[in-house]
Amino acid sequence: MSEKKSTDDYWKANIRIITISMVIWALVSFGFGIVFRPLLSGIPIGGTDLGFWFAQQGSILTFIVLIFYYTWYMNRLDREYGVDEE
Amino acid sequence: MDQFVINLIFVGASFALYIGIAIWARAGSTSDFYAASRGVNPIVNGAATAADWMSAASFISMAGLIAFVGYGNSTFLMGWTGGYVLLALLLAPYLRKFGRFTVPDFIGDRFYSKTARIVAVISLLVMSITYVIGQMTGAGVAFSRFLEVDNLTGLIIAAAVVFAYAVLGGMKGITYTQLAQYCVLITAYTIPAVFISLQLTGNPLPQLGLFSTHTESGLPLLAKLDEVLVELGFHDYTGLHEPQTTFNMVLFTLSLMIGTAGLPHVIIRFFTVPKVADARKSAGWALVFIALLYTVAPAVGAMARLNIITTIYPDGTQEQPISYDERPDWMETWERTGLLAFEDKNNDGLIQYYNEANPPAMAAERGWEGNEMVTFNQDILVLANPEIAQLPGWVIGLIAAGGLAAALSTAAGLLLAISSAISHDLLKRTFAPGISEKQELLYARISMAFAIVLATYLGANPPGFAAQVVALAFGLAASSLFPAIMMGIFSKTMNSSGAIVGMIVGLGSTVLYIFTYLGFFFIPGTNLLPNTQDAWIMGISPLSFGAVGAVLNFAAAYITLKLTGPAPEEIQELVESIRVPRGASGAVDH
Repeated sequence: MSEKKSTDDYWKANIRIITISMVIWALVSFGFGIVFRPLLSGIPIGGTDLGFWFAQQGSILTFIVLIFYYTWYMNRLDREYGVDEE
Repeated sequence: MDQFVINLIFVGASFALYIGIAIWARAGSTSDFYAASRGVNPIVNGAATAADWMSAASFISMAGLIAFVGYGNSTFLMGWTGGYVLLALLLAPYLRKFGRFTVPDFIGDRFYSKTARIVAVISLLVMSITYVIGQMTGAGVAFSRFLEVDNLTGLIIAAAVVFAYAVLGGMKGITYTQLAQYCVLITAYTIPAVFISLQLTGNPLPQLGLFSTHTESGLPLLAKLDEVLVELGFHDYTGLHEPQTTFNMVLFTLSLMIGTAGLPHVIIRFFTVPKVADARKSAGWALVFIALLYTVAPAVGAMARLNIITTIYPDGTQEQPISYDERPDWMETWERTGLLAFEDKNNDGLIQYYNEANPPAMAAERGWEGNEMVTFNQDILVLANPEIAQLPGWVIGLIAAGGLAAALSTAAGLLLAISSAISHDLLKRTFAPGISEKQELLYARISMAFAIVLATYLGANPPGFAAQVVALAFGLAASSLFPAIMMGIFSKTMNSSGAIVGMIVGLGSTVLYIFTYLGFFFIPGTNLLPNTQDAWIMGISPLSFGAVGAVLNFAAAYITLKLTGPAPEEIQELVESIRVPRGASGAVDH
């Protein structure tokens, strides 16, 4: 029963980190890159504004960081809950 | 040396390499053929995934796609990369843990239903076959342009090469050729990009060059581009313009993201790594390798467009453009291909390039009688880049090999997805469960060969809707497979009826919506409503409908689940086991 509890907690922790990551994922692309771009128009970057940078470059770089962070976090979580692959 | 000979050497050498790999990596078992025996290093798999994913369109057309619209087409950049976050977080590790060979295999087993499996197979076949047509036509075009053979001959040579390594090596052969193809295509793409960035901004990194100063004018590159475009009556580069809207940008980006994550030929690449942790890591590397091209593409687009305008107006848009007789050599070369064409409408011998639909005030004053660069194909921005940047002939040879690598690597991945769905899902798991492994491997090879012949035929005789099929493929992947797989992992209770109803609703609504505006099977004139913003329901473009189809899929599945009760206990236990990595290596030889 205790192992079962642990697996449930593992899944909850996973859902939590997925949710946080997806919020960031949406924020940099749909948010900064598209919807909130007018709000960021005051921040100039290379002849245009921050929103344009996020739409053409910043979002992609954030996606890469997100995946590697998630990978690192889950490897740690796998070991913590004893569900990693030997 | 003659350019043709140089191209021939580069393309010939790359093909010899692919065939060499094919001979080295022959598949001996179904596990080899479907999943390279799950022994692929995650970084190698990342590079193979990048080649698998980046098609002829990514390589040849994407920079132009962005250059001619500007900010509004950032959707492609975000959409085609953001999908990898969904893959890494929501799908790949769990599908790898499940340890099957195909996408319909997961759907069929998880939803304990032959019907679900067959709906998934149909959906996979429609999207993969439509997608492969574009690759084969792309390969044919690259051949005819660089090697002066006719389209059909080029297509047949390309098909023969794919046949050699895909039929012999299956996933194993495809993986290592895709690795080689990635190296070829990224080198070919980067070298001219670095030079054009150096010439325009002095910065060797195109990613930084895009946001730095245009050396010649002293203005930021993008500000300069905005300025000259507006002077010539075009809309500026960095702004949002009709017909694009904020709403459709969001929806289209989302559809591309979900669609990317739901494409079977991409998903199956993650079945080839040894562990669950490798599947996550591999998705990260795949995106790194993809980003190397996708962050360069917008820079190439913007720089090439500015470069062409400043070539035509060497002393600024307010001064005289160059005369036709003194145009650079590369323009002459590309006029012969028909991708570039001029027409001296006012007989002054000069080339006036501007937006005649919205002519600037100076046009009338200066006696301009229409835009004289009458054809300006978007693919030129990549294909002619080495010549525009005055690079040596071997760079052009590299571009030829790179374009073919991009087309062939994606075609091979699609062909594997198609053949494994036929030999494994339709035969072994549904209609002929009694066949031995040897027979299954033979059927896998036969269906691969058949798929190549079909793809070659369709590539040579592309249906009229070839240009629209990408929208269809992404729409279907987003609305049918992605939601079904996700529910299979994240909802323990989701049952077979829910998944089947969901897939049919998602698939049906998306196809219906696309056909309503783009015509029944894309036949011109058969559309029920005009394809205009006013006629779209709530302003949703048919190209953006995949995300809506996905939402309808989820909704229909959950309503059906409420009406029919949860999945059986043993399935719920199966889902629990998918959710933890431990035990994945045991699934290698299932």
